[in-house]
Amino acid sequence: MRRRDKNRRKSTVVFLAAALALLAAVTVAGICLEDAAAATDFSRTNLAPSARFLFGTDWMGRDMFVRTLAGLSLSIRIGILTAAVSAAVALVLGTAAALLGPRADAVISWCIDLVMGIPHILLVMLISLACGKGFAGVVAGVSLSHWPSLARVIRGEVLQLKSAPYILAARKLGVSRLGTARRHMLPHLFPQFLTGLILLFPHAILHEASVTFLGFGLSSEQPAVGVILSESMQYLTTGRWWLALFPGLFLVAVVVLFALLGERARYLLDPASAHE
Amino acid sequence: MTLEARHVTFYYKGKKKGPVLDRFSLQVEAGERVGLKAPSGRGKTTLCRLLAGYEQPNQGEILLDGRPLRDCGSVCPVQMIWQHPETALDPLLRLGDTLAETGGLEERLKKALHIEEGWLSRFPSELSGGELQRFCLARALRPEVRFLLCDEISAMLDLVTQAQIWQFLLAEAEERSLGLLVVSHDDSLLARVCTRIVELPFPSWRIF
Repeated sequence: MRRRDKNRRKSTVVFLAAALALLAAVTVAGICLEDAAAATDFSRTNLAPSARFLFGTDWMGRDMFVRTLAGLSLSIRIGILTAAVSAAVALVLGTAAALLGPRADAVISWCIDLVMGIPHILLVMLISLACGKGFAGVVAGVSLSHWPSLARVIRGEVLQLKSAPYILAARKLGVSRLGTARRHMLPHLFPQFLTGLILLFPHAILHEASVTFLGFGLSSEQPAVGVILSESMQYLTTGRWWLALFPGLFLVAVVVLFALLGERARYLLDPASAHE
Repeated sequence: MTLEARHVTFYYKGKKKGPVLDRFSLQVEAGERVGLKAPSGRGKTTLCRLLAGYEQPNQGEILLDGRPLRDCGSVCPVQMIWQHPETALDPLLRLGDTLAETGGLEERLKKALHIEEGWLSRFPSELSGGELQRFCLARALRPEVRFLLCDEISAMLDLVTQAQIWQFLLAEAEERSLGLLVVSHDDSLLARVCTRIVELPFPSWRIF
């Protein structure tokens, strides 16, 4: 077969690098523009999108492009934080369920089913409300509600690895418990964990935005996408479509980008497709 | 040395119907080659797993020289060779790394089992079943090993490889006075290889 110059591995690496760079750029730009996003100027209120204001301005004359960037940046940072906390909880509980015996497994599996049985958005709202809303509330709500699916995956994976013949054989040949965990379990667990972690971002970001939109999340002075969208509701009927369209569209774009990132990372880490 | 299953009863979890093995006893002496014969589903592999210490019997004991076989910590004197060698090797590790973990191979074994240097830099998926089985056999034959449980180790191999493996194993068992438990469907193989043949009994609960 003729060897092609661009294989999928290369194009995937390029895509991953580009997507990461773009997301990092949005995050950094948002942090730098946080003050600019709050700056009001009543001489330029309610302008439609133009060359000067790409996404238009709102009723207080704030530049919607800058606000959108700041909002996305905040969303990404919250997403990373909550996904990391969720994934850590999932890793600990998943391995504990698989390794600490049937009683621990029963308790943890029951918790997983319990949390999975409640709709995410409801749980996020309740936890956020209980923690006093705001940044802490959203972070607590999203991180405490998103761990079960990944925990279940990790539990299953560890259970399967525990009884894998190659691990049993290695133990019989004198390899220590720690040695088998490090050399035989971690390398199998890592791709699942990383993919799960990356695929948690889009969920976390969307739930952060929706709980904020519903008024149970970040407070209205923060330039969050959820805040922008919920405020724009009052102006949509008066024909100011740009207030909702661009922030919403870019939120979806960021979410899709993260989801693709997770998919592509899996291609790269899965030995069955790594060399395609 | 003696490896013994004494009045062993074993149930698989969740299977309420009846035990796989019901008060079954078997003794394998060092230097003895015992053949184990039974239709599929009768518990041949289960018995091997029990004797190797991968499962604990619900009743009865597995004894090595009169003492219970527990987690050995170091190399266990009882080793099992699996029916499917590709499951007994970590698919993500090169064979060389798998070997390094357990302390390498004797030159003698490498030569006798025709293990090539080039294999060590490859992954298990890059070798054939026969090659992997020979590799697994060589890996398991550490100097400390006294008993080898061979669970259908040549069932999926071609005749030449089968002959190679058994010729080597018989010579090795003779030389080191290893105890072998040979599980197989193949009566002629058992007749040729073993000094004694045992049949697993039909479990009494299945009659009713």
